[in-house]
Amino acid sequence: MTIATLALATAALKLAGPLALGGRPLSPKALNVVELLASALLAALVVVETLGKGRSLTLDARVLGVAFAAIALSRRAPMIVVVVGAAAVTAVARLLS
Amino acid sequence: MFAISISFGVLARPLMGPVAPIVMSIVVFSGSAQFGALAVLIAGGSAGAAIAAGVLLNARYLAMGLALAPSLRGRAPSRAAFAMPTVDASWASASRGDGTFDPWYLVGVSAPQYVGWVLGTVIGVLIGPALGDPNALGLDTLFPAFFLALLYAEARGRRRVAAAGGGAGIALALTPIVPAGLPILAAAAAAVVASRMRP
Repeated sequence: MTIATLALATAALKLAGPLALGGRPLSPKALNVVELLASALLAALVVVETLGKGRSLTLDARVLGVAFAAIALSRRAPMIVVVVGAAAVTAVARLLS
Repeated sequence: MFAISISFGVLARPLMGPVAPIVMSIVVFSGSAQFGALAVLIAGGSAGAAIAAGVLLNARYLAMGLALAPSLRGRAPSRAAFAMPTVDASWASASRGDGTFDPWYLVGVSAPQYVGWVLGTVIGVLIGPALGDPNALGLDTLFPAFFLALLYAEARGRRRVAAAGGGAGIALALTPIVPAGLPILAAAAAAVVASRMRP
């Protein structure tokens, strides 16, 4: 159910623009919001996945991994280095603690 | 992308079983939506919250599709066939820089990514159980690192940075108060507020 709904919704989002035959495009106001949604949600996911533990916030080895990811990104490291390195840093920190 | 899809398979299997993650990669084919929905489910959020998070994360495709539309010719089925394979990387690299897009280039970039994405998920599902505890390997940090990488590419310009800062603040403030998944959704409000700023 979850998967089917997500697949259909993703397809609908991709196709809406190109198939809107002569239909009025989204108002500039709405487009403005759509354009910013990904930034807002991605940032929310970053902090919740880094600090969240159920319904509480906590500082643990994930923070070190994400800090590594941030540094790697600022040095223009490729995606694979960023994510695998982050996991490795967290794993080593857990091993040592 | 390949490594990302392997880790998706590894992380999704304990929750979804062996088949569902592969089906999801085949039919959804969107890293951010799949990881976003999975993150909500792992945190104990409802299916509805997971779907909503995935859909909102993919709302950018609406904007990308609208930008792409004038570059697509022909009848509706052919335009749909070119629009459907859109992913972030292919959309960005098919842009000619003057507001138009090269549709064949878009399909050409997407096709190998699709194969790699599905194949990686299969590998992840297969090797997952052999890896033992995913957290001991730091695999739970793959989520935030992956989202941070997407955010880093996405959040250019004042308004996007403001939306990101606001979204993070909302999510942090609400995490102790409301059920899992909802803080992520509520972060969408930051996009509405930031859209009123001057670019």
